[in-house]
Amino acid sequence: MTRTPDRLADPRTAHPIIVRGAQLSDGERTDIRLEGGRVVELGSSLDARGAETIDADGLIALPGLVDLHTHLRQPGGEGSETVLTGTRAAAKGGFTAVNAMANTDPVADTASVVEQVHALGVASGYATVRPIGAVTRGLRGEQLADIGAMARSSARVRVFSDDGICVSDPLLMRRALEYIRTFDGVLAQHAQEPRLTEGAQLNEGAVSAELGLAGWPAVAEESIIARDVLLAEHTGARLHVCHLSTAGSVDVIRWAKSRGIRVTAEVTPHHLLLTDEEARGYDARFKVNPPLRTQADVEAVRAGLADGTIDIVATDHAPHGADAKSCEWNAAANGMVGLESALSVVQSTMVDTGLIGWTDVERVLSIAPARIGDVTGHGEPIAVGSSASITLFDPSARIDFGVEQLAGKSRNSPYLGRSLPGAVRWTFHGGVVTVADGALVELGEK
Amino acid sequence: MKHLLSTKDLSRDQAIHILDVTEDMAATQQREVKKLPTLRGKTVVNLFFEDSTRTRISFEAAAKRLSADVISFAAKGSSVSKGESLQDTAQTLEAIGADVIVVRHPVSGAPELLARSGWIDASVLNAGDGTHEHPTQALLDAFTLRRRIHGDASRGKGLDGVRVLVVGDILHSRVARSNVWLLSTLGAEVTLVGPPTLMPFGIDAWPVDTSFDLDDALASKPDAVMMLRVQSERMNAAYFPSAREYSTLWGLSAARFGALPETTVVMHPGPMNRGFEIASVAADSPQSTVLEQVSAGVSTRMAALYLTATGADL
Repeated sequence: MTRTPDRLADPRTAHPIIVRGAQLSDGERTDIRLEGGRVVELGSSLDARGAETIDADGLIALPGLVDLHTHLRQPGGEGSETVLTGTRAAAKGGFTAVNAMANTDPVADTASVVEQVHALGVASGYATVRPIGAVTRGLRGEQLADIGAMARSSARVRVFSDDGICVSDPLLMRRALEYIRTFDGVLAQHAQEPRLTEGAQLNEGAVSAELGLAGWPAVAEESIIARDVLLAEHTGARLHVCHLSTAGSVDVIRWAKSRGIRVTAEVTPHHLLLTDEEARGYDARFKVNPPLRTQADVEAVRAGLADGTIDIVATDHAPHGADAKSCEWNAAANGMVGLESALSVVQSTMVDTGLIGWTDVERVLSIAPARIGDVTGHGEPIAVGSSASITLFDPSARIDFGVEQLAGKSRNSPYLGRSLPGAVRWTFHGGVVTVADGALVELGEK
Repeated sequence: MKHLLSTKDLSRDQAIHILDVTEDMAATQQREVKKLPTLRGKTVVNLFFEDSTRTRISFEAAAKRLSADVISFAAKGSSVSKGESLQDTAQTLEAIGADVIVVRHPVSGAPELLARSGWIDASVLNAGDGTHEHPTQALLDAFTLRRRIHGDASRGKGLDGVRVLVVGDILHSRVARSNVWLLSTLGAEVTLVGPPTLMPFGIDAWPVDTSFDLDDALASKPDAVMMLRVQSERMNAAYFPSAREYSTLWGLSAARFGALPETTVVMHPGPMNRGFEIASVAADSPQSTVLEQVSAGVSTRMAALYLTATGADL
């Protein structure tokens, strides 16, 4: 580095940047010149005159990460996260775009709410915020939300989800799938059969039986996915399965794809790493929906991600204040923050295990989620003319993950106290430096 | 022993030691003056988030026989019902001077959370948490059974080779769980019997046999049959077609009881649904230990309070 981070960060000065000696996902080593929000030159020994120079020796350059499943909590949940704090967490984790889930208060079921969230994202500057629209009004599962108005709004919503709640009514699900075809939208389903999961607290299995926590059976997820892929086939609509968590779900998706059904699927970092064994001790940081599953499920979702059955990794970043977590298990809120740790967990579970390489990481954390969510300007492989939304990652680093790694408002990370590989060193959002040498940059008001 | 949270984490030696201390406590209860000075100056708080008159008065009696000061606190509003949080309640009780907090809670794991959260320094004694564990119930059951089998020669002994049926709603029973761990730790052979709907999914790893057929299980002439109470809220929740059918298939009827050897011990943690899961002729027979279990409850809780309040080595 040759300049101070705050100068690099100022979008108004918008200095050209030379990233010196980064390794692209395919292993090729190159300098990268960023200018005017674009990659303008690749090659070795690029002329650095007039540009800030960043030493990227040993760092991997990835297109900025795109999260298809983020809870930013605003409006309504500002005590645990805001669009600003959530996008700061995103930047810290190497993300340059996030899709904000609709379960806010008020629910993002009208054009005015999604436009507000979108505008807050623009104002934050840390990451592009694409609001997800609710499928049903108030997430109540009774009538369709203002899908068309949200799609045609300035937020240009393309992903619709009642996440947190399953669109369980089969007729309403069918209608929603049909209706979003108007905009070639995608319906992101939280697959959870409600009757099979009444009062459910933890994966139904050996651990729940012993701990006396009401079981959340795998079949409650798999049966909804099976129904939904058939509805997607019948309607020709695009279905996206949120946070798939069981071995059986991987099988159903694999079968659906073999039939040519337009379905995509995501897995969260925590379902790639953690199992229900973590619930021993009743530490509610490990309470999440869908719940942590078994080691066999972990192996299956890893294999599914490696062979392409599962398309993407999405964080399901779900901030909660301390009061919602430091209480009895049944009373605690579901969810974990995950933006800051996602890339490290993927390295730990998928790359360091030899299951996938960095081109796959680039695909599952940037290119594919941007494609599924139609997040324009993101998820472009680094090339001359591609977006200057880029993440520089040090895979040789090792961090003791603690609260100092968290940049959002909440601390409900399941990884606190763990050692994780890799560290995000630099994040560029449209050419603006948001993370400089591992530290979040203060962008100030736009 | 700082806390008593479960039977799962008790070793055989620890379990036998607790049972032997219970023998000591039971012996004192045969004296004319039953009160001991052991916990004079200590404060025991019974923190009950769930109604349970039986368990509460058993702990109260135990604490008073040990000369502890006893405060019973029926906490209706847990954080589950958006009242005062568990943390605030526990810290308030400790500020009042609680040395041991006996906690009964509808949520599994709440006592463990209290013990491990760092919120309080007091000892925590689990008096039943959700569908997780009820360790003093299992200890008193084991004590009662050991007495029936070994009599005055009980000290130092386990329950090796003793065959026990546990019959009924295993899924929702903390008594069943605590008994499974403790009985198997003590060497007993446990068979769980009940309808498949009331068997937990995922018990393959438990050190037990399972059966759906009570007659088949009784035909093996077990040494003890422990009947569990079926809660009224299960009756209408599709776990079985009707109360009558449950009673027909899994109740200890007079006929089933009559076919048992006279040596088979009949146990029930109470309160009983007479005529439903257990016939009165069985409950009131000499083979029944129902009232012995209640008496053993006081001795067991005296032992548990003594061991936790004094931090005695196990």
